[in-house]
Amino acid sequence: MFDVLSRIMRTGILTETPAEDAQNSSAITDLQTDLRSILGRALCIRQVDAGSCNGCELEINALNNPYYNLEGLGIKFVASPRHADLLLVTGPVSVNMEEALKRTYDATPDPKFVVALGDCADCGCVFGRSYASRGGVANLIPVDYTILGCPPEPAAILKGILQVARSKHRAS
Amino acid sequence: MMMEFDRFDPPPAKFPGNVPAIRVQANADHWFAAAEALHAAHAHFLSLWGADDRDRDNCFRIYGAWLLPDRVVVIENALRDVANPHYASLAPLFPAASRMQRAVYDLLGISTEEPDMRRWLRHDGWPESVFPLRRAFDGNQQYPVTSEPYPFVQVEGDGVHEIPVGPVHAGTIEPGHFRFSVVGEKVLRLEERLGYTHKGVGKRFQAMPQAEGHWLAARLCGDSAVAFSWAWCAALESITDTLCPPRAIALRALALEHERMANHLGDLGALGNDAGFAFGLTQFSRLKEDLLRTGAALFGERYLMNFILPGGVARDLPAHASALLSAQYLKLEESVAGLRSIYDEHAGVQDRFRETGRLDHAPAEQLGALGLVARASGIQCDLRVNMPWPPYDGLQVQPALQTSGDVAARAQVRFDEVFASLRLCRALLADLSAGPVHAAVPIAEPGSMGIGLIEGWRGPVLIVLEAGPEGSIRNCHAHDPSWQNWPLLEYAIIGNLVPDFPLINKSFNLSYSGQDG
Ligand code: SF4
Repeated sequence: MFDVLSRIMRTGILTETPAEDAQNSSAITDLQTDLRSILGRALCIRQVDAGSCNGCELEINALNNPYYNLEGLGIKFVASPRHADLLLVTGPVSVNMEEALKRTYDATPDPKFVVALGDCADCGCVFGRSYASRGGVANLIPVDYTILGCPPEPAAILKGILQVARSKHRAS
Repeated sequence: MMMEFDRFDPPPAKFPGNVPAIRVQANADHWFAAAEALHAAHAHFLSLWGADDRDRDNCFRIYGAWLLPDRVVVIENALRDVANPHYASLAPLFPAASRMQRAVYDLLGISTEEPDMRRWLRHDGWPESVFPLRRAFDGNQQYPVTSEPYPFVQVEGDGVHEIPVGPVHAGTIEPGHFRFSVVGEKVLRLEERLGYTHKGVGKRFQAMPQAEGHWLAARLCGDSAVAFSWAWCAALESITDTLCPPRAIALRALALEHERMANHLGDLGALGNDAGFAFGLTQFSRLKEDLLRTGAALFGERYLMNFILPGGVARDLPAHASALLSAQYLKLEESVAGLRSIYDEHAGVQDRFRETGRLDHAPAEQLGALGLVARASGIQCDLRVNMPWPPYDGLQVQPALQTSGDVAARAQVRFDEVFASLRLCRALLADLSAGPVHAAVPIAEPGSMGIGLIEGWRGPVLIVLEAGPEGSIRNCHAHDPSWQNWPLLEYAIIGNLVPDFPLINKSFNLSYSGQDG
């Protein structure tokens, strides 16, 4: 136990402010307040891998490490589309995932946002469109925002999600 | 063993590649006999794939690849009955062949007499009569999805019920379907259905020039980008007589060991978390992030999707790299050693790790385990040890080996391998020769075939590349060791509790995209 505690002490707090808000850390507090006032709770994200190579998932998972501290921003990943405000979709959409993606989209309550994450989700990238791949997510469901990169870095993902959360606020 | 093949006509030929390999042409009669001989020699089954060669010499071909202790053996079987291409199933000898045979049927319409020939990669996205890897098929053709049911195996009995999970999972992980048959909380049977992320990479390779194939190879399985892109380049370099500069080879190995460490650190954190010890996740995910950031600063990317290319690597390390890395290795080593003793002494973690998801040596051997999972069940197999290709031939890699085959053993192998990788990275940096990091690569002779086999963090990743005319790719077969290890997860979960599945699954951490292709 002592070991654990001393390591926690030594590690300290690692959480960084998202780059775009570096000069204005109150922006995060504002965002948290905004999110709570609109939703009465955190922004809930459902991630859907529609055929990715798993590279994009690795970077989404990195958002949960102490440097990014996503939950501290009032953003959390949820296990069901029914609890989601936003779908974060990766990969070129494989034909074998087409139906599951559409079903997840339909199961997400309105108003919903769809973010296409990664070059594949944007346009199919190196996989293109083929007998097995439908290419970008927008070929199947409406996309509100795209985060480019292969894979996009966690800071870019965070920035994109914050942007969507803000526009969601403005829209409401 | 070799005697068997010497009687073949033509005799075995050297197969160009980064590891010693031979290619044996067997006809239909010798195909199964060759597999039996390999089985008797305790060869590890590596892969199975096919090709449509009707345009060239009017046959389909089926290939099998095995690992002997010191070489790879590829057996090739030309199927002359093109109206009804058929070969003898290898599954009675090598159970891992079963799903690969189903995949070969889905892609090429080459069949075998296996009782289980349910579709594997084809779900309902293209018509039953369409075989996408046949040469005349236009890969850009699209079909509407039809909803076809999949006949899962039913388990019957008092109090047995089914829990279907997926393809979309609760966490941020890849898609696949798991069907549990349970009594109370106890798992009687798990059946996996994969193929959801099939992206048609075999066909895609055929539409790319040799000079670009490494882009796709790096994206077959994102966590193994270095391993697959190296395998791809090794295959191409072997058929173009390209000699990579020594500095480039050392940098590739440095990148591969970084990839191994990053994945192991991530898994060790996730394993702690799944055992109810969130502290582990926080600590290990921080260490992983530190390593990725250093990687980004030195190699130019966090995940090295664009680092390895034919002839060498895309960029050299900056001058301050050595000092920066040495300092980081020191910190990493100290932190991981500390965390290891915390894990080892934590009663809660050990209680969840030990005896959970056990895969004993005998079934692991019989079912054909590969890589990390095999080493945790006492099977000594690591290409860096058995067939060390440059620069590993000068590094004396020590294999990590555990025998208990449970979650604890798979965690220990990861710990051991992090320390071993640190040692290798230091040795690579200490011996780093000056010089260029890239050599020009000519185009390969049409019809030439090469093999790239790299021990990635999960196990051996394979690329078999056949050149087409004018710098094109005629065929490219990619194989991830997850093919072998997925069925072992079905085995290891039997008799365990449903709530232990995430932990056991994480201890295997297999690739979906890598196996789906
Ligand atoms: S964008 Fe890149 S990392 Fe993301 S799924 Fe596509 S290939 Fe993989």
